[in-house]
Amino acid sequence: MTAALALGDDALVLSHRLGEWAGHAPVLEEEVALANIALDLLGQARTLLSLVGDEDELAYRREERAFRNLQLVEQPNGDFAHTIARQLYFSTYQLLLYGQLASGDSAFAALAAKAVKEVAYHQDHAEQWTLRLGDGTTESHERMQRACDALWRFTGEMFHPVEGLDVDREALRSAWLESVTGVLHRATLTVPDTPDTGAWSAGAGRQGLHTEAFGRMLAEMQHLHRSHPGASW
Amino acid sequence: MSSSKDWPLWEVFVRSRRGLSHTHAGSLHAPDAEMALRHARDLYTRRNEGVSIWVVPSTAVTASSPDEKDPFFEPSADKPYRHPTFYDIPEGVKHL
Amino acid sequence: MTAGTAETAAASTHQARFDASVAADERIEPRDWMPDDYRASLIRQMAQHAHSEIIGMQPEANWITRAPSLRRKAILMAKVQDEAGHGLYLYSATETLGASRDELLDKLHSGRQKYSSIFNYPTLSWADVGAIGWLVDGAAITNQVPLCRCSYGPYARAMVRICKEESFHQRQGYELLLALSRGTPAQHEMAQDAVDRWWWPSLMMFGPPDDASAHSAQSMAWKIKRHSNDELRQRFVDICVPQAEALGLTLPDPDLRWNEERGHHDFGAIDWDEFRQVLKGNGPCNEQRIRQRRRAHEEGSWVREAAAAYAAKASGGPGAPHETAAPDGSGTVPDGARVEATA
Repeated sequence: MTAALALGDDALVLSHRLGEWAGHAPVLEEEVALANIALDLLGQARTLLSLVGDEDELAYRREERAFRNLQLVEQPNGDFAHTIARQLYFSTYQLLLYGQLASGDSAFAALAAKAVKEVAYHQDHAEQWTLRLGDGTTESHERMQRACDALWRFTGEMFHPVEGLDVDREALRSAWLESVTGVLHRATLTVPDTPDTGAWSAGAGRQGLHTEAFGRMLAEMQHLHRSHPGASW
Repeated sequence: MSSSKDWPLWEVFVRSRRGLSHTHAGSLHAPDAEMALRHARDLYTRRNEGVSIWVVPSTAVTASSPDEKDPFFEPSADKPYRHPTFYDIPEGVKHL
Repeated sequence: MTAGTAETAAASTHQARFDASVAADERIEPRDWMPDDYRASLIRQMAQHAHSEIIGMQPEANWITRAPSLRRKAILMAKVQDEAGHGLYLYSATETLGASRDELLDKLHSGRQKYSSIFNYPTLSWADVGAIGWLVDGAAITNQVPLCRCSYGPYARAMVRICKEESFHQRQGYELLLALSRGTPAQHEMAQDAVDRWWWPSLMMFGPPDDASAHSAQSMAWKIKRHSNDELRQRFVDICVPQAEALGLTLPDPDLRWNEERGHHDFGAIDWDEFRQVLKGNGPCNEQRIRQRRRAHEEGSWVREAAAAYAAKASGGPGAPHETAAPDGSGTVPDGARVEATA
């Protein structure tokens, strides 16, 4: 249950953030790409939350402290480089995690087997853009490096234990680091050497401790649903 | 065709299912072939319309000119012997 | 014969061939000869259509982050995504006429080309998402279905694809309104308010009355428009009346009634002054819509430049054809493909 909620909230929150790009993407082709990823994630969220209870009840009527998503996914979109860095970090994690789950016999095996194909595409999308922004122009290189640095401290949380999630965390962590390092190097970017957790972010999202922007995101997401208690949509 | 900023145009061909040819689906802009493929996947197959995609730089396409219509295509119109219906076969003869 | 008369003769042969093709309901294709005015009219109409799809994303995207259920959120995201896709199909079709997308976007951003005025109205409540789906997309479909037979091939083909995909847009809007209309009193009121605000602007989407429409006659002759504005508007009203009844919502027009003699519904006078005002840029959201579009474009420029720079470094430009699957032995020449290269 805790695991389904954690993974479901990750997908729900990141999907919401990507949805905020609609109408703002740097090029029309990318409108379509970002929406595809957001829709995949929303589908995953709905499946996972339904394992726990009513999807809308869970999405719209929980308080901020009851959400179990990583702080990484709730971080505001920032510029396109920040969105891509967030995508690279998270989709690489999801790809490796679902890869492990798909080959196991947990309750998530079936879901993971479907999701792993989706997130492989998300990872590829993030990788392609990381290469282009990192090794594009001076400006894009600087922006991409800033984004990778800024989000780095939220990455350690991905490897904290989650109740009900039976995975080899150390293997996950080293595979993640290897993959991300490889992409960053090819993109002529420097792997941040700062801590990958802060005093506040170490496992905090999974414990229901979030960053300030998340409260506003939820207020916007939940306000209409909460304004009409008991209504059907 | 493009300044350094503008992404070039690509023609997209989609094979809708195995056993069929790739068919022209439309065009899109992309900075390079890898991205063109991905954009094509996102744009032209989001309703499960394809199993394989080709992307070709629009500038690489050489097309016949409509002004050559007559010399190009008309000479093939008066050769009915290339079609099976040209031949008279007695009724009742099978497997022909 | 002088060179001048030879040219005139050639031009009139071209013109005759073009006229015959249009008369025979054949499609004009990108590399065919076509009159300059035909090309210009098409570019104007198709660009406006493409711009409308792109600007039209904004009023609905306004509600993605507030959609009241996850099911509705998925539907709305998919719909707004389709609009981006439809914009792309249409820009791509317009490019076959020799107008580049950058040039078209530039004209949109500088106000030299228009988009449908309907998107200059704000989406003030969730029910507006439903009203847009039912009425605005409904009006758009009424306008667009005949364009699937328009004389310009790439436009007609884009419209076939778009109409197919848009059938879900209208239905989701109707279903959304139905849930509200049958929901709590507050929800019902929200739905009625949205229909009250969107009905008249939707009727204006068909354009000015036939006797005041600037481009109509020539466009009809060229078959890039197949029915008159008033004809389509009447068709739309007739379709909507029973649909509104089934919804349990009222169309805000006291003069709306069945006319047995005409076999159509009569309806009240449209406020063409409002239409002209919005068209002139004085609608509630004109400035906001263009500002957001420009900002997205400007803020995206470093991204587009980066990708172009990367591509230039990697290969010095577009290279050989690439495929998703392993080569199937048929060579690099696509068999049976129809290619519309830009002239």
